[in-house]
Amino acid sequence: MTTTIICTVACLVALGLFFAVILYLVAQKFKVEEDPRIDTVEALLPGANCGGCGNAGCRAFAEKLVKTGDLESCFCPVGGNEAMAKIAAALGMESVEKEPRVAVVRCQGSPDKCVRTNVYDGYASCKVVNALYGGETGCRFGCLGLGDCVSACSFGGGVSINPVTHVAQVDQDLCIGCGSCAAACPRGIIELRARGKNNRRVYVSCVNKDKGGVTRRACTIGCIGCGKCAKVCPFEAITVENNVAYIDYTKCKGCRKCVAECPVHAIVAENFPPMPAPKPAEAAAPAAAPAAAPAPQEQPKA
Amino acid sequence: MTNKLIVSPSPHLHSSNSTVSLMRDVIIALIPAMAVAVWFYGLHALMLILVSVVTCDLTEYLIAKFLMHSEKPLADPSPAVTGVLLALNLPPAAPWWIAVVGSIVAIAIAKMTFGGLGKNIFNPALVGRVFLLVSFPVAMTNWAFTQTAMDFSAFGFGPQVDAYSGATHLAIAKEGLAGGASLSQIFPQGQFTWDMALLRMGGCIGELSAVALLIGFIYLLARRVVKVTIPLTIILTVALISGIFSAVNPEAYTGPLFNIFTGGLLLGAFYMATDYVTSPMTTKGQIIFGVGIGVIVMMIRYFGAYPEGVSFSILIMNCVVPLLNKYCKPARFGKEVNNG
Amino acid sequence: MKLKTFKIGGVHPDDSKLASEEPIEQLPLPQTAYISMAQHLGAPATPTVQKGDSVKVGQVIAEASGFVSACIHSPYSGTVTAVEPHADLAGNMVMHVVIAVEGDEWLPEIDRTPDIRREITASPEEIVAKIKNAGIVGLGGAAFPTHIKLCPPPGKKAECLILNGTECEPYITSDDRIMREHTEEILLGATIMMKALGVSRGYVGVEENKPAAIAALRSFAGKYPQIEVVPLKKKYPQGGEKQLIDSVIRKRVPSLGLPIDTGAVVQNVGTALAVYEAVQKNKPLIDNIVTVTGKCLPKQKNFRVRVGCTYSQMLEAVGGMPEKGAKLISGGPMMGKAIVNPEAATLKATSALLVLTEEETRRKAESNCIRCGKCADACPMGLQPFLLSRLAKVGGRFDELEQEKVFDCIECGCCLYTCPANIPLLDIIRPAKAQVTKIMKSRPKK
Repeated sequence: MTTTIICTVACLVALGLFFAVILYLVAQKFKVEEDPRIDTVEALLPGANCGGCGNAGCRAFAEKLVKTGDLESCFCPVGGNEAMAKIAAALGMESVEKEPRVAVVRCQGSPDKCVRTNVYDGYASCKVVNALYGGETGCRFGCLGLGDCVSACSFGGGVSINPVTHVAQVDQDLCIGCGSCAAACPRGIIELRARGKNNRRVYVSCVNKDKGGVTRRACTIGCIGCGKCAKVCPFEAITVENNVAYIDYTKCKGCRKCVAECPVHAIVAENFPPMPAPKPAEAAAPAAAPAAAPAPQEQPKA
Repeated sequence: MTNKLIVSPSPHLHSSNSTVSLMRDVIIALIPAMAVAVWFYGLHALMLILVSVVTCDLTEYLIAKFLMHSEKPLADPSPAVTGVLLALNLPPAAPWWIAVVGSIVAIAIAKMTFGGLGKNIFNPALVGRVFLLVSFPVAMTNWAFTQTAMDFSAFGFGPQVDAYSGATHLAIAKEGLAGGASLSQIFPQGQFTWDMALLRMGGCIGELSAVALLIGFIYLLARRVVKVTIPLTIILTVALISGIFSAVNPEAYTGPLFNIFTGGLLLGAFYMATDYVTSPMTTKGQIIFGVGIGVIVMMIRYFGAYPEGVSFSILIMNCVVPLLNKYCKPARFGKEVNNG
Repeated sequence: MKLKTFKIGGVHPDDSKLASEEPIEQLPLPQTAYISMAQHLGAPATPTVQKGDSVKVGQVIAEASGFVSACIHSPYSGTVTAVEPHADLAGNMVMHVVIAVEGDEWLPEIDRTPDIRREITASPEEIVAKIKNAGIVGLGGAAFPTHIKLCPPPGKKAECLILNGTECEPYITSDDRIMREHTEEILLGATIMMKALGVSRGYVGVEENKPAAIAALRSFAGKYPQIEVVPLKKKYPQGGEKQLIDSVIRKRVPSLGLPIDTGAVVQNVGTALAVYEAVQKNKPLIDNIVTVTGKCLPKQKNFRVRVGCTYSQMLEAVGGMPEKGAKLISGGPMMGKAIVNPEAATLKATSALLVLTEEETRRKAESNCIRCGKCADACPMGLQPFLLSRLAKVGGRFDELEQEKVFDCIECGCCLYTCPANIPLLDIIRPAKAQVTKIMKSRPKK
């Protein structure tokens, strides 16, 4: 009886030792030398693995950063300046401040402004619709509202489809400016822009490249490329190309002259205090504010 | 034009196939087997079927609605299929609570924990049955059916039930062989008679009649719900293995016909092994799956502890299905050439 | 006798050949015509006319631009009122030549008599040149320029010509009517193309559901002994080039290969008619046969339609949009394109205008995949649509998609058609296929 027990124990111990030696040898042979700083950097990153920096996850970002030592081009949009400063300190480098960015949706084509002309009845994916045809409205540039951006967002509701307007909307508090949604949008409607001081920013909320008349027929709030905004801008921040205006956020000072000038209210000023003149207050609630404004300018069309 | 045009990518038509219609067809196909069961075992069999179906449906509904927050709980009759199959796999004397426990295990553990229809690895009805077999071995192998108050004889019809009671032929063979007897001593009239294949197969309530099972299966084939591959390979494998063994020693090993028509092999081959979710998707995989089931059934029957083995063999092969799906590709159109 | 068909996959949608007994009628000319410059696969043609030019029927109005391209002729006489972008059937802006139609004056060299010219005098080179100059494209759907198909790439040799008269799409009957009403012209067209290719064997593959067409073609068997009529079992997508070659000559086009790798050149019967008209009668491709059909329509018709009239005009010719009509499709119900803009102009390769009701076409709610494998059984290319769609849905798994040969997908729609869980398999696979094909093309060649 005792011999059996001793035998068993001895066998198991021997087996255990045998495998331990093998494991040790294998671990030695296949050891991967890694820069310990990679772990340090990774620990300082948010760990969302969102890919917003353009790398395949936080580990890849840390590897690249340590390898290149280039704080200029390696920037974690999620951690922001705070995390980057810590990383720079850990690596003993000078930190590089970057202006925080936020995604903006450059379309306001809610059903009341951009009339639905047909019904889509297929797989609910913007990519599929975009490859198939112009979309449910007369505007072939506008938001399709099927939420490819929503599924691309890894920050729980940073982007969502507004149930009333059927247009994508960004929650500026949740959005960290990683750019996943902008990459997912097959129509390039979502753009990363500087957050701006106090979150105040001005942008053209339309990407319709059709000629003014065609745009007008499709949507009452689409940019017709008239160029009035470009003329009124004191900072030469606005360019009109392919029948659509674009505001360069590096030049824009937020004077909002263009907002007041735009005949179709396609320019959006977010988070500004109200101006004396009527204007759309906020992109997040386009249905509420412009309701009063577009009424007079719809008449010349009819 | 008043109506807005509908736009979608091609194709613009859809076949009449739907999950609901396929599941409904399986239930329709099982009607002959259920009818025979009720005819022979009376209202008790009907009660078992109804209890199983209702419990399965209810379990699925509650889980889908309150745990998974599904918008459309019970969108298809698949839990009912599980319920019917489970009931048909119960012994005729099984008490009602056995059906309840089996159904809950089948749906809650084997199906819904994996995410519901289409996501389970194991056939729910079989998991239910094997759970019962292991947990309540006495109740689940009590083939003796005593007439109950619910028998049709009260209405003036119904067969003499006692003729079919007693242990299954497989169990008799197994016990006899273990006791050292030879098969010709155990079955003096021969181990297999056609009349037993038609109507008098003891065992679970669904195994009574091979003919009824076959009629249902032919219906499924005609409706193109299932393909013949899996059942055919199972039956051929069983026939081949038992043919070889019984040819070598007819006194120690039961023969092909005996093995095909006993122990729920047909019920398993026709309705359980062909379950879409838990069987391979390509013909190649289906053949391997069928052969595997056949081999395991025969190994269990000849060398294992259990007299039967269909349930276990299907469940074992269910584990292999993901691998089969991964490695058995359909025949591709055209060989690959390097055209660059 | 067992009829031939392709071996892998396929589905059997309901025939619905409602217009098969309707003879071909001429559709009245429109007042204003819109001629798209993107009539064919490949680069759009370059307009050669300007606003104010007057044109005659048959006059070149656009030149081919690039190798895979075809020239376009005016189907109308009148004045060019604009050369500008217009919305096509999907609502995308495409360059169009707009013609105000005045009268119906044809170029004098076009032979408009109904006589059949049987003598083929042109040399193979002349034939190809004539086909090219007539702007002929494949009328089976893809609109691939025909002259390119008739010049096999160096190192490849054509061995036979297969005429595609399968018309496997439900509803469409235009090819059926062509085969019945222009039987000899088709066979002549085939003979011309066989001469151009230098082959001596020809086949016409016709599905069994067109017995009259088979009989008509067979009645000329004595006159054209080199062309064999091959009746085929009805199965979709038999009209797919690869499937048809498999059905008729039992050879399979290799993966990533071309039909010519099997020695076969496939042409649609409509194309054969156009070739005959171009080579023997100098008539460029300006019209084709279009079926206007649908169960909800009061009548179904086969029209000879000049390129550039609008879909709504064809619809008017059968009584306008019916109340129940919910979806307009250019082409058949399996591979046709849904029409967003009924005012869009028809193209050379438009084969049908189909009206479906909401009930017939509306997609049903998607449910869980039950792993029945029906999509894999139905796939004529032997792919596994369930796997492809799963990989495509996850996103980014292009290497695996390539391994699973997503590029072989012919987008026939059998998987989506057959799926009991109503999973939009093809919808999901299609963009992934496009992406994988793009990645493969961008790779440096070895």
